[in-house]
Amino acid sequence: MYPDTPIFTYPDNQKYAKVGEVDFTDSTREEFIMIQTMLIMMGVGLFAGIAGAILGLGGGIIITPVLTLMMGLDIKYAIGASIIAVIATSSGSTIAYLKDEVLNLRVAMFLEIATTIGGIAGALLTGVLDPKYLYLLFGALLVFSGWNMWRKLRRGQESLNNVKADPIATKLKLNGSYFDKAELKRVDYQVEQVPQGFLVMLGAGLASGMLGIGSGAFKVTAMDTFMKMPLKPSSATSNLMMGVTAAASATVYFFNGSILPNIAVPLALGILVGAVIGSRIMQVLPARVIRIIFIPVILFIGLQMLYKGIIGG
Amino acid sequence: MDDQSHQNSATENEMDHIEVIIGRILQIGVVVAAVIMLFGLILLLVHGGNGGYPVGHQPTTISAIISGTVALKPYAVMMVGMFCLIITPVLRVVVSIYAFYKEHDTLYVWITSTVLIILCISFIIGHTV
Repeated sequence: MYPDTPIFTYPDNQKYAKVGEVDFTDSTREEFIMIQTMLIMMGVGLFAGIAGAILGLGGGIIITPVLTLMMGLDIKYAIGASIIAVIATSSGSTIAYLKDEVLNLRVAMFLEIATTIGGIAGALLTGVLDPKYLYLLFGALLVFSGWNMWRKLRRGQESLNNVKADPIATKLKLNGSYFDKAELKRVDYQVEQVPQGFLVMLGAGLASGMLGIGSGAFKVTAMDTFMKMPLKPSSATSNLMMGVTAAASATVYFFNGSILPNIAVPLALGILVGAVIGSRIMQVLPARVIRIIFIPVILFIGLQMLYKGIIGG
Repeated sequence: MDDQSHQNSATENEMDHIEVIIGRILQIGVVVAAVIMLFGLILLLVHGGNGGYPVGHQPTTISAIISGTVALKPYAVMMVGMFCLIITPVLRVVVSIYAFYKEHDTLYVWITSTVLIILCISFIIGHTV
């Protein structure tokens, strides 16, 4: 009835079986390890949630290495845990954003068509398309985006006044405005290059569906680099979209036993709290600071993908 | 010109209204999911051991999860909490369709419905491939 799902355990030769004078019985020791794992997961989650909500990323970049390298968890369960992490980051952060109108619901829903179609194409093309070329193409795209963001940073042009609204954007009511809590003023913005943004999203859905990474990085790239949206609405809208895109594949992992409750639940609880905090921090941070944190992260993800493409996936 | 700005402010008010509705429903959904997960975690701490299942096992079918939850097995309760969390984004899409409909934004009723249909298709593909 149940698939064979070994639960993650520590090796037997752990030193903390004895603490002080007390000899722990086996069950006490197990209990101790369980509580320790829970606390680590909550702590990692809290950090990943704060970072993910500020940057508009899913947090896989933090969670997957912690789970696989530090805790020795099988990659299958690490992917299961990070898909729950993506949804928790998305839901936790958008609770705060919706009240403060930073995110753009219409942009989210319009672009969601592209990412979900891309996701289906990715699922169907697995085994047909060589992931190597996807790694190279999308790694290069992220590096380009990082470079482009760095140029924006140097020119100091966070608020773009010269952006001309795409006629499609006007038709689809995509242009928006938000109250910037760092600058203490309302920022109106236009949306440019809607077809290009849509195309990048289509590719992003395909790539993150097939490669399982970059769910948020591509979305922020499409909105910030191509559609010329300000960084804060881009990040917030990316957070909203991530959860919707992840939900369909999450049910697959849920029913095939890849999501371990003892790992994913404390992680999700930590992330929910972290994302609520992170989304509040994000709103008062100057966009410039967010961009400074974002650039090395996106360059790192991009170079990592290029590396995987070069060594052959 | 006047007409244009009037239209813009109407759109803004619409969006405020939509966002408040969606925000509220989503908040409730997320809090419910978090409370169930936390309850499962507390059960696990109180009972200790393997979450009510043999070592290396967890409930993965709907019937196993339901019967486990009725028996208050920690892992089953935790799975229910995670399931609630997974469906909150889908709930958001459904509520958005209703909200756009209430605001007579036909275009976005179509766009958001399309998203929901594609989500359903990818759900089906995910469970058959």
